[in-house]
Amino acid sequence: MKILVAVKRVIDYNVQIRVKEDGSGVVTDNVKMSTNPPDDNAIEEAVKIKESGKATEIIAVTVGEEKAQETVRKALAVGADRGIHVKVDGIIEPLAVSKILKKIVEKENPDLVFMGKQAIDDDCNQTGQMLAAHLNWPQATFASKIEVNDKSLQVTREVDEGLETIEVNTPAIVTCDLRLNEPRYASLPNIMKAKKKPIEQINASDLGVDTNPRIEHIKIEEPPKRKAGIKVASVEELVQKLKNEAKVI
Amino acid sequence: MSVLLIAEHNNKEVKPFTLNAITAASLIDQDLHVLLIGSKADDVAKSLSEVPLVKKVLHIDHEIYENYIAENYTAAILKHADKYSHIICSANTFGKNLMPRVAALLDISQVSDIIKVISPDTFLRPIYAGNAFATVKSNDEKKCVTIRPTSFEAAEKTGGSAEIEKIDAADLSENTKFINREEIKSDRPELGTARIVISGGRGLQSGENFKLITDVADKLNAAIGASRAAVDAGYITNEHQVGQTGKVVVPDLYIAVGISGAIQHLAGMKESKVIVAINKDGEAPIFSVADYGLEADLFEALPQFLEELNKLNTIQK
Repeated sequence: MKILVAVKRVIDYNVQIRVKEDGSGVVTDNVKMSTNPPDDNAIEEAVKIKESGKATEIIAVTVGEEKAQETVRKALAVGADRGIHVKVDGIIEPLAVSKILKKIVEKENPDLVFMGKQAIDDDCNQTGQMLAAHLNWPQATFASKIEVNDKSLQVTREVDEGLETIEVNTPAIVTCDLRLNEPRYASLPNIMKAKKKPIEQINASDLGVDTNPRIEHIKIEEPPKRKAGIKVASVEELVQKLKNEAKVI
Repeated sequence: MSVLLIAEHNNKEVKPFTLNAITAASLIDQDLHVLLIGSKADDVAKSLSEVPLVKKVLHIDHEIYENYIAENYTAAILKHADKYSHIICSANTFGKNLMPRVAALLDISQVSDIIKVISPDTFLRPIYAGNAFATVKSNDEKKCVTIRPTSFEAAEKTGGSAEIEKIDAADLSENTKFINREEIKSDRPELGTARIVISGGRGLQSGENFKLITDVADKLNAAIGASRAAVDAGYITNEHQVGQTGKVVVPDLYIAVGISGAIQHLAGMKESKVIVAINKDGEAPIFSVADYGLEADLFEALPQFLEELNKLNTIQK
């Protein structure tokens, strides 16, 4: 069984986002970048399945600018076998990414495609479901548990009401939630080894996919600031403030 | 052209966020039709027809829709999409799972999780966990939009009498099977719609200690939330998680207890009207968004808080 895992390079989740003054976007120069957190869970799950003997190969794929390759390299360091980097500059929307990934799936014929449920930059939560639609494959989104059977998966999904379990026949798309597993750190020897693993570079334009944005970003601005609050000295004061000043209890 | 809203329901009742999405959809176009896909869901069709903002209810009733499966819903929606300028649903786990599948097959770049309708093609949406707001204009001819329910008021439920049109089912997907859903039943208000939310974080140190939170919640008739750290640590189940990848809540009062205030948690609660933070670390980032901060050990503060509440003659419910 072959697993394709899609990863995205985003601003690190610990970085305080700053909006550019001209309203064109957020500051990315000299800002720490990392793999999108739930994409780390996707890689980890694929590696665990391979370690259990149920998968034979893991391919990590990313779509993005030159430096996006770093995320593929990181995936190789924790256990992916080889990488694919689809190069494209500028903003690329989930719809276009899903079309690019469809081309990669058609080329590689994986049995499973894993990725994070949502990227923490644009917060779109679309790519996995869109890829599943293009391929006419079943989708199991927001997965917090995956059981691999012969020709199907049993997936527990985190939904608003609690947990839901579905069974999907393979080939299938799974989007991973943060509680699926605990991503491992790459060891130094594995980081060194990963440098020798192959990453194939493909230009998005060669895949015949239209990557022009359909959505215009008219303005990016800071959200309204909350006015500064106060510290109260005691529980008694807190309750009095809530009752008499804020009038919420 | 009319707009089509996809209803979320459990075959007996409309889920509350559908009413918020109805309000948002009606701001895009007043000729609002609701698509109800279900099994033996006549009661739901009737209650949707009574929502004054709804002009028509399209009702597909078939046993294959007893459980919500995105693949099956998508096939049903696509049969009717061509008559509508916008396809809309709420941006909770229901709509997040469904809408991109629909959008991709219509070759539409979806606009996710909007918090404001500026015009029928231009919307405001948070990005980077709400640390930036983007004004976006969709240049697709038809649009797929998901709505952040807590950013819109719930629509009035009664007074209308829209026509209910029965329509045929679509094909069933053979590749996805519903197994079960573990719904945690609770008498408390729902987290997404509660007037007061009290949330616990890693500072609680154990699941048992969450009892300190539940005691106060009982007194205030509040919903219970949690930080991702508390859910990850197994103190409480996932449906309580508030944050960027959990639930977004906008209660009148949000009480954060033993929560440091990671960016991703703030994304889920910082629009609340009044925020209280109780934390023993005076430098915790949660204090930067709190209207009232109490620097204290929660194990002393929470029992005292309950005691003070008990002293009050009346508490708003």
